Amino acid sequence: MLSLSRRRALWAYAFIFLPLLLFAFFRVYPLFQAFHLAFGRWHADPGQRTFVGLDNFRRLFGDPRFLQALRNMGLYMVLAVPGQVILGLALALVLNALPRGRGFFRAIYFLPYITPAVAISWAWSFMLSPHLGVVNRVLRWIGLPAQSFLTSPAQALPTVAAIVVWQFIGFHIVLFLAALANIPKELYEAARIDGASAWASFRYVTLPLINPTLVLSIVMATGSPTIGILQLFTQVLNLRFYDPGGPVGSTATIVLYMYQVGFKRFELGYASAIAVLLFIIIAVITLIQYKLTARRID
Amino acid sequence: MLSKLGIKILGLCFGLTLIGLNLSARPITIVYWQYEFATKVRAIDELIKRFEAENPDIKVIHETFPYAAFAEKVAAAVPAGVGPHIVNLYYGWLPAWQRAGYLQPLPEEWFPAQEIESEFAPLVRAAKMNGQYWGLPTAVRTLALFYNIDLFEQNGIAKPPETWDELIDIAKKLTIWQDGTLVRAGFGMAPDGQDHHLVREVLIRQFGGTPYSEDYRQVLYNTPEGVRALKFYTDLALVHKIGEPDFPFPGVAGYYREGFNAGLIAMIVDGSFAIGTIQRGARFRWGVAELPRLTPDGERHNFASFWMHALTPRAQGAELEAACKFLKFITSPEAMELWLQMVGELPARLSLLNRPELLDDPIYGPFMRALPYSHATFFVDEARQRQIMIDAILRVIRAGVSPEASLATAAAEEQAVLDAFWGKR
Repeated sequence: MLSLSRRRALWAYAFIFLPLLLFAFFRVYPLFQAFHLAFGRWHADPGQRTFVGLDNFRRLFGDPRFLQALRNMGLYMVLAVPGQVILGLALALVLNALPRGRGFFRAIYFLPYITPAVAISWAWSFMLSPHLGVVNRVLRWIGLPAQSFLTSPAQALPTVAAIVVWQFIGFHIVLFLAALANIPKELYEAARIDGASAWASFRYVTLPLINPTLVLSIVMATGSPTIGILQLFTQVLNLRFYDPGGPVGSTATIVLYMYQVGFKRFELGYASAIAVLLFIIIAVITLIQYKLTARRID
Repeated sequence: MLSKLGIKILGLCFGLTLIGLNLSARPITIVYWQYEFATKVRAIDELIKRFEAENPDIKVIHETFPYAAFAEKVAAAVPAGVGPHIVNLYYGWLPAWQRAGYLQPLPEEWFPAQEIESEFAPLVRAAKMNGQYWGLPTAVRTLALFYNIDLFEQNGIAKPPETWDELIDIAKKLTIWQDGTLVRAGFGMAPDGQDHHLVREVLIRQFGGTPYSEDYRQVLYNTPEGVRALKFYTDLALVHKIGEPDFPFPGVAGYYREGFNAGLIAMIVDGSFAIGTIQRGARFRWGVAELPRLTPDGERHNFASFWMHALTPRAQGAELEAACKFLKFITSPEAMELWLQMVGELPARLSLLNRPELLDDPIYGPFMRALPYSHATFFVDEARQRQIMIDAILRVIRAGVSPEASLATAAAEEQAVLDAFWGKR
C-alpha cells in the first residue's frame, strides 16, 4: 500500500503531466524545430531541405539589414527598459502616496496595456503626423517647434520607444503597487523614528523589499514575449504600415526582420537562425540582469 | 442453389460496386486561396459558380485571408500538405516562392508557352522562370495620375498635366502651407506606395537611363541619368514643396489614397486597382490621366504588374487536372470581362485590350493606353528591392543625403541581392 503522502504526490504528478505534455508539444518542440531549421536551407518539401551548417549564422553577420536591426535593438533597450521601469516605479510611488483615487489612476495608466497594439499604433501614427497631428499642434500652441517624429530617421526610434513606454507603463505600475502594498508600515515608522529622510527610507526600506518585483519588471521589460522590447514587432509593423521599420530602417527590429525574411521571402531557415540568435541574446541579457539586480533580502 | 458463402460473396461484390459508383460520382474538390479584397472575392465566387455549373464533377472551395496574414498561411500550409491547390500571388513573389518549393510549373499540355506568349500581354512573361510558366493572371494593372477635378476647376486649371513641369506648376497652385504646416498637398508623394515604381521604371527611363539590364540581373540605374531622375523626384518635396512622403500620416494602408479621398491631396500616382477605393471614397469629381512625361513629345513609360494564379505541389493526379481546368477558366476571356466589370482591373489577354470602348473610357482608358509602354520589373526579392528604392528616396528627403550617394548605396545593395539570388541557382 502506498502511503497517503506518496499517493498525494503521485496525483500531483498526474495533474502536472498533462499540461507538461501540452507545453512540451506546443512550446519546447517548436523551439527545437527552430534550432533544427536554423542549420538548413528551407524548402516546402521536407525531403529537399539541405543541411548548410553554420551558413545561415555566418550570413547574418554580413547582412547590413540585420546588423542595423541589432543596433536598433540596443538603442531601444537603453531607452525603453529604464523608461518603463523607472517611470513605472516613480508613478507607483506617487499613486501609493495618494490618500484616495488610487484605483482610478491605476486603471487609467493600465488602459493602454490592454488596448490592442494595432489600434494604438494607428492612433499614434495619426496624432504624430508632422502636419496634421494633434501633438505638433499642442507643441506650436505652447511655443515649441514642430517635430517630425515618425517621419525622420533621427527621431523615429525614440518616438517608437516613447510609445512603447507609454503603452506598457501601466503593467509596471500595477506590479510595483502590489509590491509596495506588501511592505509593512511598521518598517517606515521605525525608519522615521530613527530619523531617516524620505530618500533614505526609499533607499534602505522600499528598494530592498521590492527587489524581486524590480527584477521581474526589468526582465519583463527587456525580453518577455508580451512587453519585452527585444521582441518588439506589432507597433513597428503598424506605425508605418507601408514602410515598417522605416524611415530608412531606423525603427527596424530583429523580430520584424525575422518576419520579413520568413514570410516575405520564404527563407524560413535563415529566419530560424535569426530566432535562435535572438533566443540566445535574450537568455544572456536576462541572466546578466538577474545577476546584477537580484538581491537577497535580509 | 447458391451456397451461403456464394450469397455472401455476391452481396459483397454488389456492395463494393455501389461504393465504387458512389466514389466515382463524388466530385473532385480543389481549394483556391487569395487574400481578402472584397471585389476580388466576389468576382472569384461568381466565377466558381459558373465553373461548377459547367463542371459538376469539380467542386472549388474558395478561402481568403487578410492581406497581412496571407503569406504566413501559405508558408505554413503548403509544407504541411494542406491548404490550396491554386494560390493567388503577386508576380514579384514568384522567385522566392518558386525557390522555396511552394509552386509547381504549369503543365505544358494545358498551358503551352507559345500560346501564352501569343495571347497574353507581353508583361505576363514575368511569370516565366527557367523556361517554364509558373502562373497566369486574370488581370493586369498599370499606373496613372488621379486628379481632383473640383479642385482643378476652383483654381482655374482646365486639364490634367501633360508634362512633369506642368504637374509641378499645377501642384504649386493647389498646395497650401500654413505656418510651416502642409495643409493640402498638390501632389501626394508615396515612395512606399507606387512611387518607388515611378522612380525605377518611369522617371529613370524618361531621363534617359535604363534601370536594369534586359534580363534584370544587373543594376544599371547608378548613372547621371538615374541621379537626375532621383533628384527630380526628391525635389518635388525639397525644392518645389508640393508634397511630402508620409502625408497625411503613415499608419494606414494606402494613406496617400485616403488623403486624396479626403481632399487633402490634389493629385496622386496610383494603380488601376485603386479605382474602386476612390470611386467609393471620393466625395468630389475626379479624373484619371496618363502619367506625365518630360516634354510634350517625350517618351512615355509606365510600370505594370499583376497577381497570378499558380499551382501548389498539393495539386497532383485528378486534382491537378481539375485545378488546371479551373485555372484555364479563370484566365479565359469570359472571366476577364467579368473581372473588368466587377474589380476594375484590365484584362490580361491581348484580344480584349485594344477595344476602342476601353481605350477611350475616361477612367480605364489612361491605364489601358499605358500597357504598350509599360515595364514589369522582374523582381527576385520584391520585398527587399522595394525597400531599397524606398530607402534611396527617403535618405535624400529625410536624411539629407545627396541623390548621387543615395543612389550609389541603393545600386550596390540591390546588385548584392540580385547576385545572391542568381549566384545561388
